[in-house]
Amino acid sequence: MDFPVFHLDFFGNRWLIATIAILHVLVNHGLAVGMMPLVAAMEWYGQKKQDPRWDRLAYKILFFCFLITTTIGALTGVGIWLSVSLVNPYSIASLIRVFFWAWFTEWLVFITEVCLILAYTLTWKKWSNQGPEKKKQHIRLGFALAFFSWVTMAIIVAILGFMMDPGNWLTDHSFWTGVMNPLYIPQLAFRTPLAAAMAGIIALFLILFFTKRQDGFRHEALRAVALWTLAFAPFVLAAGWWYYTSVPDAMKDNLGVSLATLAFADWQTKFLQIAVVTVVTILLVVQFAISRPNLLPKVALVVPFFAILWMTGHFERVREFIRKPYVIGQYMYANGMRVDDYALLQRDGVLTYATYSNPLTEAEKAGLPERLSEPERTARLETIQKGKDVFMDTCSRCHTGHGVNSITSHLQRMFGDKPWTPELTAGYIEGMHYAQPYMPPFPGSKAELQLLGAYLEHLQHNKAPIPGAQSAGVIVHDENAGRIATKTNQTEAAAR
Amino acid sequence: MNEIPVPRDIPLPMPAPEPVLIGVLIIFFLMHIVFVNFMVGGAFLTLWYQLRGLKEKRYDDLAYEIAATITANKSIAVVLGVGPLLAINTLYTVYFYTANALTGAFWISIIPLVIVAFVLTYIHKYLWHQMERMKWLHIGLAIVVSLLFLFIPLIFLTNINLMLFPEKWGTIRGFFSALMLPNVFSRYAHFILACPAMTGLLMVWLFRRKNEAEIAATGFERVELIRKGYQWAFWPTAAQFVIGPLALLTLPETQESIHSVIAVFGVAILVSMGMAHLMFTETRRPAETIGKSFAPICALMLVVVGLMGAGRHLYREAAVAPHRELVRAKTEDYMRKVEEANREAAAKGGDVRTSQ
Repeated sequence: MDFPVFHLDFFGNRWLIATIAILHVLVNHGLAVGMMPLVAAMEWYGQKKQDPRWDRLAYKILFFCFLITTTIGALTGVGIWLSVSLVNPYSIASLIRVFFWAWFTEWLVFITEVCLILAYTLTWKKWSNQGPEKKKQHIRLGFALAFFSWVTMAIIVAILGFMMDPGNWLTDHSFWTGVMNPLYIPQLAFRTPLAAAMAGIIALFLILFFTKRQDGFRHEALRAVALWTLAFAPFVLAAGWWYYTSVPDAMKDNLGVSLATLAFADWQTKFLQIAVVTVVTILLVVQFAISRPNLLPKVALVVPFFAILWMTGHFERVREFIRKPYVIGQYMYANGMRVDDYALLQRDGVLTYATYSNPLTEAEKAGLPERLSEPERTARLETIQKGKDVFMDTCSRCHTGHGVNSITSHLQRMFGDKPWTPELTAGYIEGMHYAQPYMPPFPGSKAELQLLGAYLEHLQHNKAPIPGAQSAGVIVHDENAGRIATKTNQTEAAAR
Repeated sequence: MNEIPVPRDIPLPMPAPEPVLIGVLIIFFLMHIVFVNFMVGGAFLTLWYQLRGLKEKRYDDLAYEIAATITANKSIAVVLGVGPLLAINTLYTVYFYTANALTGAFWISIIPLVIVAFVLTYIHKYLWHQMERMKWLHIGLAIVVSLLFLFIPLIFLTNINLMLFPEKWGTIRGFFSALMLPNVFSRYAHFILACPAMTGLLMVWLFRRKNEAEIAATGFERVELIRKGYQWAFWPTAAQFVIGPLALLTLPETQESIHSVIAVFGVAILVSMGMAHLMFTETRRPAETIGKSFAPICALMLVVVGLMGAGRHLYREAAVAPHRELVRAKTEDYMRKVEEANREAAAKGGDVRTSQ
């Protein structure tokens, strides 16, 4: 990391990205990609049956989606960029260099999508009153919107697949080999019906708010939307299985050790169990909605609604998890260091090439042994400062000091209250990637391992939060500072 | 001797020729900022007319007409901002991300703040008639929206300003210290004044194209509405003749000369004078002829906005170009060392501690 280090020591940096990203996926899949074809289909059905109740319901659902997608949906999309560029600027900057044109194209599609949703929503009432031909045009507008919503997802999934397994891009670095990575098509095949099913479940929930209890139409609508949801369920299962079985192959390339596969298998099994329970619950409720809609209480629809939201969130978490120890498979580790950088950094040290240092606050300096002389104290603080810099540059992208997924909680679990001496912790960290294959190997030199060890020892006694560059700023390492003024003077002197 | 951080860049090639990226950045940014002007200015004007509407109902109706434009403009503003964001990420990776990190808490707070502002804007617009009985609560919403729209651009401006001055990076301690760098407030004032001016032109466009029945429903004559639009366009533009040069004069010194920047802004001032003259003339025209200079005014505004974008880019380049050379040299040197270390490790039998 050669940027000032943004750091959130309470919740952790990953929490920031995860919150924004999962919220975005839920809105994008549930209310845009899956919902727009459902709304257009409702409008079409209402037109076909000459039943204005379908038209009213479709408009209410669309208006709800319009409000949410153009606020939370659009902004969390931008938020993913902003949060990733804060937390891991090296990875997003690298991805942008590879996928600039994919993102650019996605942006053009996004513009089209926003224009279409504005047009589709704002012209609904006006066009509906201008006769059947205009209504047909409006319905076509709805399906066009649905198509463009899907295309934006289809482009982004290529990048997500690439991050998990870049495939042949590692050797030829070309755009198209990056796009056609091994996990792209299975993931897209899975997300497409998942989005449709998710939209169905959300629509079932919304129908209860947008229709009256005594209204017979409520049952009709519940039954139809439940059928929609049910129709996509087999595709979710089939594509899910395809994706599920494609992942371990990618994993094999990423992680060469059986431990990783074993640990992943644990997660996988757990996820599978949860997924089965979720799907069964959803199917039960959906069956109920089809056969006995009049007996369906609101609360019964809350269950599948939250279940599918939870499952999708968990699915994204697994996707992130299996990528480890990389942030871009086999190219860049989760700590932001490229695999190719390791030989140099381990030889010369990470700090040798770090431009910035992360100043210790007064609170962070507390907890030193009391009987130290002033020179000893200064020397100790210098070591702790360097150790902190090693921590910030190599660990802090995933770990906090004392918050969520804190390094101290891991050390406490392993070593308890006995002194966390540098010998103890440095020895462990040096080989941790063998025992825990999701961890990147330590990128620094042997001397830096000792510095990190000294800092961790300090953290055992000092519970002060570790500030990021956003509040404490940075110190510029002298040896990495440029001398522009001098250089300019020299140039001017030469010119004279 | 001036100590300046020189970080290394991403060791991957640019995905497109630089002029293409610059084109994307400038053109789409200007499109984005025009819609942001409409959005922010729309919020201010809505609030203003809503307050006047407390005494005279027809102003409340006028406020509603303007409020109706904000929600569509805000969606277009957001979506048009993504392309320039992508381009600035690519062209100025080191500079932009560094500024983001140094003001990180406020930078990321843009997301929740904009979401809240947008949701309140929707509530304000769509519950307008239902909230008739809670007028002060309704106006309170417009005040909160206006305050949010006032504050959010300041975060962007602080970042865009901070990225230009690597020599300041080591001295920044959070958003507020970055806010205190020279030029932030004058540029901010320049931007804020542009919002009602652009929205004034939007009003002229809007009320020129509405049919007679729609105009009658507002309770105003068409000429009155168009004149109001021109007044909103003219007076802030007149104030720009003070604020604009102030922003130019407070630009920090750069390593490279900025004669071309001054020339571009100089031409912009001249064109603006012509445009302001036409705006003023329009405010005095009778109903029969008012609006006849609308197309030339828009064309001149387009030229001014284009010149502003070009001048801004030239200044940015003058500010970072020498430093970028140092970054380039540092990155190349680093990559040479990486290759050398990898060769060394391979010769030793691949003893890099990355093996799993």
